[in-house]
Amino acid sequence: MGGIQYSKIAEIKGPLVIVDEVENAAFDELVEVETTDGEKRLGKVLEVGNGKAIVQVFEGTTGLSISGTNAKFVGKVMEMPVSKEVLGRVFDGLGRPKDGLPDPIADKFIDINGEPMNPEQREYPKDFIQTGVSVIDGMMTLVRGQKLPIFSGSGMSHNLLAAQIARQASVVGTGDDFAVVFAAIGVQYSEAEYFRRSLEESGALKRSVLFLNTADDPAIERIITPRVALTVAEYLAFELGMHVLVILTDMTNYAEALREISAAREEVPGRKGYPGYLYTDLSTVYERAGKLNGRKGSVTQVPILSMPSDDITHPIPDLTGYITEGQVVLGRDLFRKGVYPPINILMSLSRLMKDGIGEGSTREDHSEVSNQVYDAYSRAQEVRALAGIVGKAGLTEIDLKYMDVGDTFENEFIEETLEILWNIVSKLPKSEITKIKDKYIDQYYKGK
Amino acid sequence: MADAKMYETVTVGDSKLVGEVIRLTGDVAFIQVYESTSGLKPGEPVIGTGNPLSVLLGPGIIGQLYDGIQRPLRELSKVSGSFIGRGIVTTPVDMTKKYHFIPSVSTGDEVAAGDIVGSVQETDLIDHPIMLPPDHKGGKISKIVPEGDYDLEEEIATVEGADPVKMYHRWPVRKPRPYKNRHDPTVPLLTGQRVIDTFFPIAKGGTGSIPGAFGTGKTVTLHQIAKWADSQVVVYIGCGERGNEMTEVLVEFPHLKDPRSGKPLMDRTVLVANTSNMPVAAREASIYTGVTIAEYYRDMGKDVVLVADSTSRWAEALREMSGRLEEMPAEEGYPSYLASRLAEFYERAGRVRASGSPDRDGSVTLVGAVSPSGGDFTEPVTTHTMRFIKTFWALDAKLAYSRHYPSINWMSSYSGYLADIAEWWGKNIGEDWLDLRSDAYRVLQREDTLKEIVRLLGPEALPDEEKMILDVARMIKIGLLQQNSFDDVDTYCSPEKQYRLLKLLVGFYNRGQQALKEGASLADIRGLSIVSALLKARMDIKDDEMPKLEKLESDMHEEFKAVTGIKVSG
Repeated sequence: MGGIQYSKIAEIKGPLVIVDEVENAAFDELVEVETTDGEKRLGKVLEVGNGKAIVQVFEGTTGLSISGTNAKFVGKVMEMPVSKEVLGRVFDGLGRPKDGLPDPIADKFIDINGEPMNPEQREYPKDFIQTGVSVIDGMMTLVRGQKLPIFSGSGMSHNLLAAQIARQASVVGTGDDFAVVFAAIGVQYSEAEYFRRSLEESGALKRSVLFLNTADDPAIERIITPRVALTVAEYLAFELGMHVLVILTDMTNYAEALREISAAREEVPGRKGYPGYLYTDLSTVYERAGKLNGRKGSVTQVPILSMPSDDITHPIPDLTGYITEGQVVLGRDLFRKGVYPPINILMSLSRLMKDGIGEGSTREDHSEVSNQVYDAYSRAQEVRALAGIVGKAGLTEIDLKYMDVGDTFENEFIEETLEILWNIVSKLPKSEITKIKDKYIDQYYKGK
Repeated sequence: MADAKMYETVTVGDSKLVGEVIRLTGDVAFIQVYESTSGLKPGEPVIGTGNPLSVLLGPGIIGQLYDGIQRPLRELSKVSGSFIGRGIVTTPVDMTKKYHFIPSVSTGDEVAAGDIVGSVQETDLIDHPIMLPPDHKGGKISKIVPEGDYDLEEEIATVEGADPVKMYHRWPVRKPRPYKNRHDPTVPLLTGQRVIDTFFPIAKGGTGSIPGAFGTGKTVTLHQIAKWADSQVVVYIGCGERGNEMTEVLVEFPHLKDPRSGKPLMDRTVLVANTSNMPVAAREASIYTGVTIAEYYRDMGKDVVLVADSTSRWAEALREMSGRLEEMPAEEGYPSYLASRLAEFYERAGRVRASGSPDRDGSVTLVGAVSPSGGDFTEPVTTHTMRFIKTFWALDAKLAYSRHYPSINWMSSYSGYLADIAEWWGKNIGEDWLDLRSDAYRVLQREDTLKEIVRLLGPEALPDEEKMILDVARMIKIGLLQQNSFDDVDTYCSPEKQYRLLKLLVGFYNRGQQALKEGASLADIRGLSIVSALLKARMDIKDDEMPKLEKLESDMHEEFKAVTGIKVSG
C-alpha cells in the first residue's frame, strides 16, 4: 500500500465516492478525499476491484464535485493513536481532538476495527458492580465485562440513569483504576454536554475519554465513533489494566447511518430497510466487551438505544437484545407515573447476574428473593388487569395482597435493596413463597 | 481459475486466508473467505488445495473448542494471543500425541469401509474405535501393528492395494457420512428437564427446535440439554452467538459431573464456536463442521446430541453471502434455497445401524435454536424449520417475563415422538405414564380456556370444581413445569422423580375433585399443608430420596381423608 494520488472520481452517490483507475487499493483502507479548496475529508474503501474503488466518506459528500477532487489512498486501515494521555480528553466522532489541545502523544496506533476476542481466552465475568441504582443492583445486577444496554424511548430518563451509573459505579471497587469512555453518537449537543458536566462534577472527567458526534455532525461518521471509543477502551483495559465502563448513546443513530450506506450501495434490504448484516455489524461493536485471561482490566458496555415508537420488536432493539447479555428496559407507564428510574423489571434481565451475586459478593439469598419478587410483581400486573375489569371488590384477599406488592415495589423499592425485597415478599403468607428455601424464609421472612 | 472446483478450499492472498469456492463463472471463481478480508488487495495470489472443506476425524477432538472451520482456538491463542489473528495454520488435533491402541483384527482378515480395526481410549469417558474411512476401498490386511502407543501419523494397518490406515481420516463437511440403515426413533433422549422429558419429549436420533425471542432462556435451556442429556457425546455449536456463552461452557463443564459416570462433562463435549463477531462465512461452515463430527462419533455406535445455537444466525450468514452474490432473494431477503439447506441439515439426524462390522447402532439428535426477529414465529427461519423437525419447544416471552423458566409454552409446543417413546416409559418407569401425562396436560388445557372467562368475569364466577382446575394448573406449573437450572437439586430431575411428581400432582387433582364431591370445601383443600410440600418437592427432594416422595403420597391421602372426614361428621 503506498500513498498514491488519484484524481479521477467517477461518481458521487450519497455518502459514497467511486474512484476510477485504482491500482493498488486494499479493502478497508483509509482514504483522504481532498476538495478543490484544500479541505480534507476521511473515508474508507468499501469495495475494490476492476480498477475501481468504492469509498465511503465519513464527513459526507456535501460540496464535493467530480472534477478537481483528489482521493489519496493512505496505505493503512484506519487507526486510533492511543496512550495514557487520552484520559481527560475530548475527541470528535473520528477520534480527532475537539478540546483545542494538540493530538495526544501516541504510544501506539491501533486498528479501530479490533479483532474478535478468542472465546477460549475470555475470562467469564462475575465481579459484581454496585451501581447504586437499587433496581439494577437488586434485580438485574451488572458485572464487570458485561454488555447491558438500556432500551429507552424518546424523552425518557435514560441519560440520567446512564450518568448515574457512570458516576456511582466509579466510586466502589477494589482500588483498581477505573475509567469511563463515553461515545455520543448523533445525540443532541445538550445531552452530550450533560454527560460531560456530570462527569466533571463527580470528579470523574480526568478518568474519562469523550467522543462526541452530535446530531449536527456528519451521519456517516457515526459508523466510526463507537469503534474508536472501543479501541481506546480496549487499550485502557487490556494494556493499562483499568476497569473501563463504555457508554454508547444512541445506538439507534448508529444503525441508521449503517442503513444509509447500505441504501446508497443498493444492497438487498432486510427488515425495515436495515441491511441483512445488521446483526453481524452490531455484534462487532457489542462483542468488544469482556475480560481476558491473565489481564487485569475489563470492558463493560452500557449502550443506550431509543426504541423507535417504544417498539421492542423493532430490528435495532431486537438484534441488540440477541447479542447483549440482558437488557434494562425503560417503561413509558412508569415514566409517566414519575417513577425513577422507570425500569420495567419484567422485561429487563441481566444474564450474568447469577454469577455476580450470592454468597461472597452480595448475599446468599439474593437470587431466590429477587426471583420471588419477579414472580409476585408479574402476578400483581395480572391482578391489576383483572381489577380493571371486575373492580377491586371482585378480587380475592390474596389478589389484593399481590396488588399491594406491586404498588410497594414501584413506590418504595427504588430506595433500598434486599431488605426491601424481603419486605415486599413478606406481605405474602409463607405458603405463597415457593421459590425460596425454607431456611432463608426462617432467617429473613418479616411477616407473622 | 478455470480448473477450480466448486467447494474447493483455497488460500487467499499473501496472508494465506482460508476460503472456499462458491461460484464459478467462466474463468472467474467466487470465493468466500473464512477470515476477515481487511487489507486484502487485487493482485494477491489465490492458491487452490484441490480438496473440499473437510474436517479431521480422529482421537483428540473431545474437549476441544474449535472455530467454524475446525481450527482449535486454544492453539490459535498460542500464536495470536487473546484476539484471533488471521491466516494461522494449525492441525485440529495434536498429531504427535500418543494413544494406546489395541487392535481387534489380525493379519489376513478381510476388512471393508467402516470396519473397526482397533480402539484407543480418547478420554476417561470415551473409548474411540478406529474405523476404516467410509470411502476406503477395503481388502485384506497385510499388516497390523501390535498393541502399543502410537501417534496419529503412524500407519497402524496396511490393507493390500488400498490406502494406509491411520488413526485419523478427513471427511468433507457438506457430505453426510454413510450408514447401513435407519431405525425408528423409539428411545427417548432423557434431558432431566421435566417439561421436555415429561411433556414434549425428543427421541434419540430425533430433531427438535427451540425458538424464542431474546431473554426467553434459549441458551440456558440448550446448556441444560448439553449438560444432562443421556448421550455419550455432545457437540455444542455456538453459531453467531455471544463469546461469553462459550466461555461459560468452557469454565463450567470441566467442573460439572456427568450424573451417570461421575466424570467431568467436558470429557464428552466438543465445542464449535463461531461467535457473532467472527467472520460470517465460517459461521455458515460451523454447522456442517459440527454435524460431521457428530456423525463420526455416531458411526462408532454412540449416541450423540448436537446443539446448534442458533440456526437463525446460520441462516443470516446464508443471506449475507447470497446478498453479496447478488442472488434473487426470496422472503425477507433470505435465499430461495434456505428451506432446502435447513432440510438437508435436519435430515442428518437419525438413529442408524453404522456401516462396517461389528454391528453397532448410534444416533445423532439435532436440537437447533431459532432466534426469530421480534419473537415472531411466522418469519421464514422458524416456519421452514417447523417443517423439518418433530419436536417444537416454543419459548414464550410472557412466561420469561414472569420468571417462569424454562419458558416453554405448553400450549404451543408439541412433540411428534410421544407415541413412539411411550412404550419405553411404560416399560422402564411406570405403566400409566402416558395416561398421567395426558391427565396433567388436560388440566393445563382446561385452565387455558378457563383463563379467558376469568379475564372477563373474575375468578369468583367459576364453580369450585373449575376453581380447583386453576389451582392445580398453577401447582403443575410451579411444581413440575418450572425448573431452576441454577439450583443444585432442581437442575437435573431423574425420570423416576419426574414420574413420581407427575403422579402426585395428578393424584392431588383427582383426590381433590373427589373431596369436593364428598363435601369438602375448596378453602379446606387450599389450606392443606401438602400443597406447599408438593410445590417444593422438586427442590427439596433429591433424586436418591424416592421414599420421601412415596411418603408425600401417603401424607396427601391422609390429609384428604381428614378434610372429607370433618365434613361428613360435621
